[in-house]
Amino acid sequence: MARSALTGTRIRERRTALGLKQADLARAAGISAAYLNLIEHNRRRVSDALMERIAQAMGVDPVALSEGAEGALFDGLREAAAAAEAEGGALFQTPDLDRIEEFVGRFPAWAALLASRQARLAALERVVEAYAERMAQDPFLLTSLHEVLSAVTSLRSTAAILVETEDIEPEWRARFLQTIQEESLRLSGTAEALVGYLDEMETAETGLSSPQEQLEAWLEGRGWHFPEIETGAISIPELIAGAPELASAAARTLAEQHLAQLIEDARALPLQTMQAALADLGPDPGAIAARTMAPLAQVLRRLAALPAGQPGLGQPGLVICDGSGTLTFRRAAPGFALPRFAAGCPLWPLYEALARPTQPIRALVDMAGRLPQRFLTYAISEPRPTGFDGPMLMRATMLILPAPADAAEAPARAIGASCRICPRLDCPGRREPSIVSAAG
Amino acid sequence: MPNKQVLLIEDEPHIAEAIRFILSRAGWGVSVLGDGAQAMARIAEDLPDAIILDLMLPGRSGLEILVDLRADADLSRLPVLMLSARGQGRDREAAERAGATAFLAKPFANADVLARLEAITGGGEARREPA
Repeated sequence: MARSALTGTRIRERRTALGLKQADLARAAGISAAYLNLIEHNRRRVSDALMERIAQAMGVDPVALSEGAEGALFDGLREAAAAAEAEGGALFQTPDLDRIEEFVGRFPAWAALLASRQARLAALERVVEAYAERMAQDPFLLTSLHEVLSAVTSLRSTAAILVETEDIEPEWRARFLQTIQEESLRLSGTAEALVGYLDEMETAETGLSSPQEQLEAWLEGRGWHFPEIETGAISIPELIAGAPELASAAARTLAEQHLAQLIEDARALPLQTMQAALADLGPDPGAIAARTMAPLAQVLRRLAALPAGQPGLGQPGLVICDGSGTLTFRRAAPGFALPRFAAGCPLWPLYEALARPTQPIRALVDMAGRLPQRFLTYAISEPRPTGFDGPMLMRATMLILPAPADAAEAPARAIGASCRICPRLDCPGRREPSIVSAAG
Repeated sequence: MPNKQVLLIEDEPHIAEAIRFILSRAGWGVSVLGDGAQAMARIAEDLPDAIILDLMLPGRSGLEILVDLRADADLSRLPVLMLSARGQGRDREAAERAGATAFLAKPFANADVLARLEAITGGGEARREPA
């Protein structure tokens, strides 16, 4: 039986917890109280036979006294030691790992405190990493930052000209003063919107990230594709259990539902079938649905779940919303930013599909932005089965593909990511002012 | 001797105006373009001594323009000062990889724009002859 130098400590802890006196336990185990005292202070090793008797006297499993009870504690301490070493041990001498059991044995409460601080530190580091990642990807924050930096650059350069140029002509002076006025207004507007957004972010979330974001982070890390599903050798619990991104129970539930959908889609539309269809028909969901007799929404989902590098698909995007317009699934295509909090742009074909159930919609769109990009979108909405007399639930799906080369000059629908960061100021669908200046 | 010419490709009109003012006073001839899509044609037409190129442009990004420029036999040696208003570290690396001659993060000091431009065009030397 595995036996650590801390077996005595565990016996003592368990005995104390049970309210047994040392003398009583010693008697029941057939040893002297003095000998049990030595054992409990880890100064005598315990034979298997004696361990059996002590465990029996306390009514516990001998294994619980022998191994593993402090596994997490030791792991935590080793992590702390490794972290100290990684930091170069600038402040402290790197602890001696050989004496870790002695440390735990002599100072169990301090050891537990150190291990719990280490765990807390690791958790906080993960939070910081996640926030940093979010800041780097959030389209609203990126756009706001660009606005702020542009306004500040204008202000700084213009103010410096006014201060440093002694012989500046009156008309230039007037022009630059006007610039300072305009850029100040722009800066204050952007700052106000940014503060509002950060307030909203704080109140909208209770934890590190929403379950949906955790799911998306996990799928992103997997490249939005599961080879296990294609081969049929998949175990949903195993896949989910090993995923650190799926930190909450809600995220794991979403992942289970998503994987079940992917499996169903892959069964209906196996990889070989899809690849053959793509080779013969090109990235045309309508033609693929007609050939495979699969529902169009399923084809759209499947096209966004294939291995990377399929001809004509680029890095496809996929969004799914329910009847309220809430985005329930988001895979962003490069250049087609998806909002984190607000709903999407009301001009997205996704929402048009909601209003025209079961009618496929194909639309070329120009996504507004500093670098406007063109996409070809396919959307459809369909009722979700809820049984007789059930509520009418709709689900709309939109696949986002790069626009084909021959569509460069074709008319396209002007859309945005969401109103707040959209530069199309006179858009009929606008529901709130944009923080992006008209000049930008 | 004619003034040295710089083409400023920047979509923020107030920033472009300030840079134009600063460089003009230092003796540079400055022309401004606010859209990335027209950049290559304009560069080939103007054949400036240097380019100041913003990274985030409507139409076409500064990086894409720079890559095309470096692949063009006639224009590949043109000095390019890259400007960027975001993620300085990453943008700087991307600009250097793409072949920028120098990089300046926004917001910048006016004197730095002039100093970098002078540095990448060899100070007060004569005009670059078109290839």
